[in-house]
Amino acid sequence: MLKVVHYINQFFANIGGEEMAHVPAELREGVVGPGLAFQQAFGGEAEIVATIVCGDSYFNENLEKAKTEIIEMVKKQNPDLFIAGPAFNAGRYGVACGTIAQAVKEELGIPVLTGMYVENPGADMFKNSLYIVSTKNSAAGMKDAVKKMAPLALKLANKENIGASAEEGYMPNGVRKNFFDQERGSKRAVNMLLNKLSGKEYVTEFPMPDFDRVAPNPAVKDVRKATIALVTSGGIVPKGNPDHIESSSASKYGKYDIEGVMDLTEETFATAHGGYDPVYANIDPDRVLPVDVLRDLEKEGKIGKLHRYFYTTVGNGTAVKNAKGFAEKFAQELKADGVDAVILTST
Amino acid sequence: MKLELGYVFIKDIQFAEQSKVENGTLYVNKEEVKALILEDQNFKSADVELARPGESIRIMPVKDVIEPRVKVDGPGGIFPGMVSKVETVGSGRTNVLKGAAVVTTGKIVGFQEGIIDMTGTGAEYTPFSKLNNLVVVCEPVDGLKQHEHEKALRFAGYKVAMYLGQLAKSLTPDEVHTYETPNLVEGLKLYPELPRVAYVLMLQSQGLMHDTYVYGVDAKQTLTTMLYPTEIMDGAIVSGNCVSACDKNTTYHHLNNPVIHDLFEEHGKTLNFVGVIITNENVYLADKERSSNWSAKLAELLGVDGVIISQEGFGNPDTDLIMNCKKIEAKGIKTVIITDEYAGRDGSSQSLADADASADAVVTGGNANEVIELPPMDKIIGYAEVADIIAGGFDGSLHADGSITAELQVITGATNEMGFNKLSAR
Repeated sequence: MLKVVHYINQFFANIGGEEMAHVPAELREGVVGPGLAFQQAFGGEAEIVATIVCGDSYFNENLEKAKTEIIEMVKKQNPDLFIAGPAFNAGRYGVACGTIAQAVKEELGIPVLTGMYVENPGADMFKNSLYIVSTKNSAAGMKDAVKKMAPLALKLANKENIGASAEEGYMPNGVRKNFFDQERGSKRAVNMLLNKLSGKEYVTEFPMPDFDRVAPNPAVKDVRKATIALVTSGGIVPKGNPDHIESSSASKYGKYDIEGVMDLTEETFATAHGGYDPVYANIDPDRVLPVDVLRDLEKEGKIGKLHRYFYTTVGNGTAVKNAKGFAEKFAQELKADGVDAVILTST
Repeated sequence: MKLELGYVFIKDIQFAEQSKVENGTLYVNKEEVKALILEDQNFKSADVELARPGESIRIMPVKDVIEPRVKVDGPGGIFPGMVSKVETVGSGRTNVLKGAAVVTTGKIVGFQEGIIDMTGTGAEYTPFSKLNNLVVVCEPVDGLKQHEHEKALRFAGYKVAMYLGQLAKSLTPDEVHTYETPNLVEGLKLYPELPRVAYVLMLQSQGLMHDTYVYGVDAKQTLTTMLYPTEIMDGAIVSGNCVSACDKNTTYHHLNNPVIHDLFEEHGKTLNFVGVIITNENVYLADKERSSNWSAKLAELLGVDGVIISQEGFGNPDTDLIMNCKKIEAKGIKTVIITDEYAGRDGSSQSLADADASADAVVTGGNANEVIELPPMDKIIGYAEVADIIAGGFDGSLHADGSITAELQVITGATNEMGFNKLSAR
């Protein structure tokens, strides 16, 4: 039988409301309050061995102390799962549930689950790091919350594969997961459009991301004195692709020395990119990484100098997260090397 | 315009002396089909194989899937402007071998073709595992350029599909479905109270074998225009694509466009389905601007209240999708867009290459980067070794026992952006 430790606040332990929120953390054996509903929903697969009761004020005002005390209590029980809440729309309770669940997960390495209303401040704080089941906004939604939380709790405790948020009932956590829906996509689109047209509620399957729009830097003061670097996602590499940058979905970038290189030629450079017809880029790689033109400008005194290294990767199907990671690394190098400006080329 | 589709249900496929359809079985004379393919001098050899639902068969690399159809009544023939004369199709009666398909295969560009598994995990993701497939395997003559190979194989597929379609010409269908689009004036009079809806169908036209054809015209040389939905059911649009397998619209998808079918389902009940706006996905910015301007302009001209926009491909076409959405919404017309996602193998990256706040109603066909495990199959039709290089595969995708670990991208039709499948993501 799986062992569960349950965390609730003073209100759900029937100690009292706000006036009793100062009570310190205590451990009680077995189920208390809403634990009973969980116990029943587990249907003999799991047992709540202990319930930790803690006042919301006590937890939030003595954060580190409360955390340490509670972690100790949980540790002694050696459970397979830790459940906090559900907290519904109680703000401090929600934050406490998220905070303690996160701490148990990180420090004890056991699966954790909590539940709360989507507008509870704890939801925004923890939904990307914890499974938080979306509940109604008051304790009247307890039955519904337990119905959603109990099956997910068992899956987590059994270390089963967790499906998409829409299937399991947890709040979308920024990690996209596939699942088979009831209707095909076109039918879902027609239904969504009919709802949108009639002013009814509809839920997009993919909320548009907030694009990381970068405000342009101020203009370079005197380009005739500036050191300029070349960076490309067009895949130009020394011929033979010495670092084996992938032709698609790149996991790395290359940094190559072009000291004394006046012109990129078919014999010395090529593209590693698998998403465009490479013929013209290979005949003259300057078409993608314009070393020749920058050398001319250098000679004519129109720029200070071309930076000694260029950075390159393949943009084809490469996850934005990877690309961002590359740039975060080499941007520091560029800064340290005193580069004033970068020409970024794509294909 | 009114079209009747007569479905002749196919439950089995067999080789036989004589090609015919009898009691739901499609019998095929192998030699006749081979001879048909070899009429094209670009092929040095040809073979055909069968793949039925549930069989332990892996087909790869797959280029296109085509449903056999035949015009029984009404003007023109299937695939107008490509194979049949360029007559306007979409009216009269067309018979369909429902449950059968022609699958074309070949190593054309290597990394841009897909996999169809007839059983196991892969089969759950591709609609083509549920069909009785006649698989065309042919070898090009030495030195044939890739774009010539693509073209030859494209035409081989049409010819074989039309050959099979002919077998249904004089049959009495098991089911007949009628689809009718009145002209604009009549439509307004018929359903004055219903919201007017159009479908914006985006066609892959990035070029370099990322091509779609409309009545024989390369879509990248077209301006945004309109079709009756039933024209598409008669093969007015065909695929010439060698792109990532999961979200390319095969010719089968065009013939059975699910948005068209689901809009017809509601036509006259909850909405008035006005027609289809087709627009391309060219690579130049001026083309993107022009084409999306025209989608918005045509939607406005039609006086529609809402549109569904479907996409093909990913990355670069995401910009066309968002431009279409944004500009149509700006006209006060409500939109729903259908796309798929490239959220990385762990699902935590940004899914699309472009975004806009007005795209607030999105249907997704799933994350194409999610990794799947395909069990070994008893039989491979084609070449298993391309598993490591096809889009979605990586070094080590193909294991010694024949199983494959790869991104969902490799499965033909898996994350279709016309909404053909039930797959979604959150």
